[in-house]
Amino acid sequence: MPSFLSVLLRGLLAGLVAGLIAGTFAYFAGEPRIDAAIAIEEQATHSEPTTGEDHHEDELVSRDGQRAGLFLATGLFGVAMGGMLATAYVLLRRRLRTRDDGRAALLLAGGALLGAVVVPFLKYPANPPAVGNPDTINQRTGSYLLLVVLGLVAVWAGALGHRALRPDAPDWQRAAAAVGGFLLVTVVAYTVLPSFHEVPDDFPAALLWDFRLASLGTQLVLWTGIGLLFAALLSWSGRRPTAAAPLPGGEPVGADEARDGVDAPARP
Amino acid sequence: MSSSTPARTLAHPAISARLLWLALAVVAVLSLLTYLVAFDQGAVSQSGMYLHELMHDGRHLLGVPCH
Repeated sequence: MPSFLSVLLRGLLAGLVAGLIAGTFAYFAGEPRIDAAIAIEEQATHSEPTTGEDHHEDELVSRDGQRAGLFLATGLFGVAMGGMLATAYVLLRRRLRTRDDGRAALLLAGGALLGAVVVPFLKYPANPPAVGNPDTINQRTGSYLLLVVLGLVAVWAGALGHRALRPDAPDWQRAAAAVGGFLLVTVVAYTVLPSFHEVPDDFPAALLWDFRLASLGTQLVLWTGIGLLFAALLSWSGRRPTAAAPLPGGEPVGADEARDGVDAPARP
Repeated sequence: MSSSTPARTLAHPAISARLLWLALAVVAVLSLLTYLVAFDQGAVSQSGMYLHELMHDGRHLLGVPCH
């Protein structure tokens, strides 16, 4: 399936680049907050017995190593997300009612951002180091992953709501149906899943807010980058006289021909 | 690969069984990668907590649960 491979490679590449850009954003917006949180943790860590899973007792990795590891983490995470977006694109492309490949890619990336990032974030916001109970890590991880899945289901429910009305219905009605479907699933998920309130009373509220904004910003940059780059790479047909790495799958068609969807009949 | 249709970079291939299996395999590999980057507490990676610690800032800033 050469076309799947070719789309997948574009997704992986878009994810890698977007991940590195997101890492750069996180480095400048997030690292100062992490340092501040670790300083607070250092002060508190001596008052509590450790459970053998303490982050900063053994210093497996230095702070400088962790700062470099930030780029490794966002880069690899971006690769994984870009690859998954490309796979979703290949599987869902025919079901998206748009003739424009770039628009389809952007729609999917936007749906992923809303369902897999924003929905989980609002119930389980990111926490800096020093916040979080090690004893609940498994429940928190399980609930978080479940909410990622349910968030994507909510986006799907929104799409179903949008399609439930006749295509000639007014835009505001279709939008309302989409919002309704999305909210229905989201509210049920938020109600059913457990809540975790683990921020220590004496943790600075402003620092927590700043960290969470930096975290949400990192994901926003990542998914915006993945969506835009993936859409851009899809429109790029590889037509260069000395292409360093020809795409698998032989002769790619011209970009203009591909973009116009040659097999779709032109509608007057 | 069938040669009946010329391979098009931007083809929208029909969902064949082969494509589904391929997609499933890709998602499985990428899920493992995601797990190692964002969720591993040293349980799967043979490096103990080294990977976890190396990418610790990234996990926190990507917003996944951590201790």
